Amino acid sequence: MSATPEPYVGPTTTSPVTHHILSVLVENKAGVLARIAGLFARRGFNIYSLAVAPAEGHARFSRITIVVDAETTPLEQIVGQLDKLVNVVAITDLAPRDAIERELLLATVPLTDENRSAVLDAVASAGASIVDVDARAVTIMLAGTPAGCDHFERRLESFVDVELHRTGRVALSRLGTKKN
Amino acid sequence: MELTGAQALIKSLEQQGVDVIFGLPGGAILPVYDPLIDSTIRHILVRHEQGAGHMAEGYALATGRPGVAMVTSGPGATNIVTPIANAHMDSTPLVVITGQVASGSIGTDAFQECDITGITSGITKHNFLVSSAAELPRVIAAAFHLATTGRPGPVLVDVPKDIAQSTMEWWWPSTIEELDLPGYRPSSPIDESAVENAVALLATAERPVLYVGGGTLKARATAELLAFAERTGIPVVTTLMARGAFPDSHPQHLGMPGMHGFYAAVAAMQRSDLLISLGARFDDRVTGRLDGFAPDAKVIHIDIDRAEINKVRRADVALVGDVREMLTALDAAGAMPGSLDAWWRQIHEWQRDFPLTYDEPSTDGPLRPQAVIEAIARTAAPGTIVASGVGQHQMWAAQHWKYEEPGTWINSGGAGTMGFGVPAAIGAKVGRPDRTVWTIDGDGCFQMTAQELVTARAEGIPIKVAILNNAYLGMVRQWQEMFYDERYSEVYLSPDLPDYVKWAEAMGCVGLRATTLDEVDAVIAEANAINDVPVVIDFRTDAAEKVFPMVPSGASNDDILVHPRQRGGRA
Ligand SMILES: Cc1ncc(C[n+]2csc(CCOP(=O)(O)OP(=O)(O)O)c2C)c(N)n1
Ligand SMILES: [Mg+2]
Repeated sequence: MSATPEPYVGPTTTSPVTHHILSVLVENKAGVLARIAGLFARRGFNIYSLAVAPAEGHARFSRITIVVDAETTPLEQIVGQLDKLVNVVAITDLAPRDAIERELLLATVPLTDENRSAVLDAVASAGASIVDVDARAVTIMLAGTPAGCDHFERRLESFVDVELHRTGRVALSRLGTKKN
Repeated sequence: MELTGAQALIKSLEQQGVDVIFGLPGGAILPVYDPLIDSTIRHILVRHEQGAGHMAEGYALATGRPGVAMVTSGPGATNIVTPIANAHMDSTPLVVITGQVASGSIGTDAFQECDITGITSGITKHNFLVSSAAELPRVIAAAFHLATTGRPGPVLVDVPKDIAQSTMEWWWPSTIEELDLPGYRPSSPIDESAVENAVALLATAERPVLYVGGGTLKARATAELLAFAERTGIPVVTTLMARGAFPDSHPQHLGMPGMHGFYAAVAAMQRSDLLISLGARFDDRVTGRLDGFAPDAKVIHIDIDRAEINKVRRADVALVGDVREMLTALDAAGAMPGSLDAWWRQIHEWQRDFPLTYDEPSTDGPLRPQAVIEAIARTAAPGTIVASGVGQHQMWAAQHWKYEEPGTWINSGGAGTMGFGVPAAIGAKVGRPDRTVWTIDGDGCFQMTAQELVTARAEGIPIKVAILNNAYLGMVRQWQEMFYDERYSEVYLSPDLPDYVKWAEAMGCVGLRATTLDEVDAVIAEANAINDVPVVIDFRTDAAEKVFPMVPSGASNDDILVHPRQRGGRA
């Protein structure tokens, strides 16, 4: 068995150049997501990706990870306006260099006699895993850096009829960096 | 004590010290109107829900206490959307209660259902959809807390009918913690180093200006402002939202800045080397074209809303907090500019060369609207409150009346909502029955909300309305005259359709009219003598009259147009 290859760590192509990651702790109340989405729409802020889940050990709070394009709107405005939403409890702004970012990619690739070994090669070299399989297709999962997922997504583009979903990223501060 | 949700709601409002609700009932809010009969709270039955919202705003602006309005679901709720948006723009504390269809019917397109929390999410400070009778006291207390603290604003509480009808065990939250607002932090500690930086900036300033916005009134900081201004000698401008925050009679007051501001106020900001912004937000109506605004000025930006800092204009020093606390902190730190003698010499020159002016009133022709306002002001009781609609008459009322104290100028600033004047005046009079309340209204505006004079008559609220009847949507006409080659498109109304005197009389008010100058003082005297019913005066004013000075939309403030008579003399 071959060792798991290093994940791809080249430049990200699909993220905005000056993206920021906002980790937003919100009250787990009806309509909170609509309030946040509405604020972004109303103020003309661009959301690049968004991931929501219950916050660690809480029924009361959820954590929303929002990747924003800090090129078009000053981050200070986005944070300032978000902070005014009464249901927003805390905002942590993570600069990409201070953050560990990960996301999950799922892809179903139709298998043929011709592509089978190329698909398996792609899976192995990306460090992805096969999570479902039948006679005609495999479903592949990759948990990795956004750039790694980008790279893997491009690699899968060489196969036909691929169905692919990504979760959008979640992030935490890199250990040893100051939280703000 | 077991109460219905409806009883708990009314009791919660009583607990909050609410003395009046402006509203109109309907199906979904019916249960709440029943316990209202037994309450000490006065209810004022409006003729249109927009009226209820603006009355609540007028009440809040005149008293500093939150205004309360209550309406039914669906169209009742949508009718009050305009006042909510208006209050949001002007940071006016409101609590609006809307009925909602029963919880089980929400989402089914039930009769008179509408998603009012969705509709108002962008125009409220916050809103609530109540999910149980037991939480009503907490939600109402939270609504008042949110509406009145930090940067004030409207809060909407949507109450499904079944929740008003169900029962709960009465309780009342006794601490802020019980309001369960973990994400709400209206204030932050004073940043002492920023105060020091502000003091240092001011020490080197040669041309400072105190740029006073509505936040100064919201913070009740007018005494501190007066003390600070007098101690430092810095010139003061008050924005449209801050008229009355600093006495117009004060020699340091340059008047209103902005699109229709006083020349000296606009010029002083343009040439300033330090703007000290006190609860103002660099609105486009003040700044003109942004890249031409106050090009040499550094900025000390004081605002309770952190998101205002650097939103429009970069601040050199940001002081996030209450204007009153910040002025006190600056005073304590000994903030003081150098000599302002040269600066004042320059300002006095501007004031001498370009005073506020208008063409001499003619004795036979149509009335000069400015002269009408000045005539009303001459005989008005001290402390008279002035409300206005939106348009030319609003600008003249802001320019030509002398505001000496907070809460005496009530208008729609950020939204510019036509029809604001009459209902806002009614709300102001309800809140301050001891004061005379005049509305300076436009004929266009009057037609949008005049029906509330029926409310005023029925409820015994004797306001006075001066319609500056120029037979036009005058402000739009002015733009068409000046910027669209006098191509007048859909701005003509008519001086006598409707007949404003008859209309007033039909609404149970006294209707008066003045067409020539010699009639003006007489009708005003007549109106002043009436204190039991509302009075409406139809002043036939000159349609050609324009508001000056004017900074054309999109132009730099340096390109301010003064009155035509002053143009030859302009340096
Ligand atoms: C609800 C609303 N509709 C339209 C406008 C645009 N508008 C601004 S001023 C104005 C004219 C107002 O006419 P009037 O009340 O007669 O006042 P005047 O300017 O003639 O003094 C209009 C139509 C507005 N501000 N509000
Ligand atoms: Mg008019």
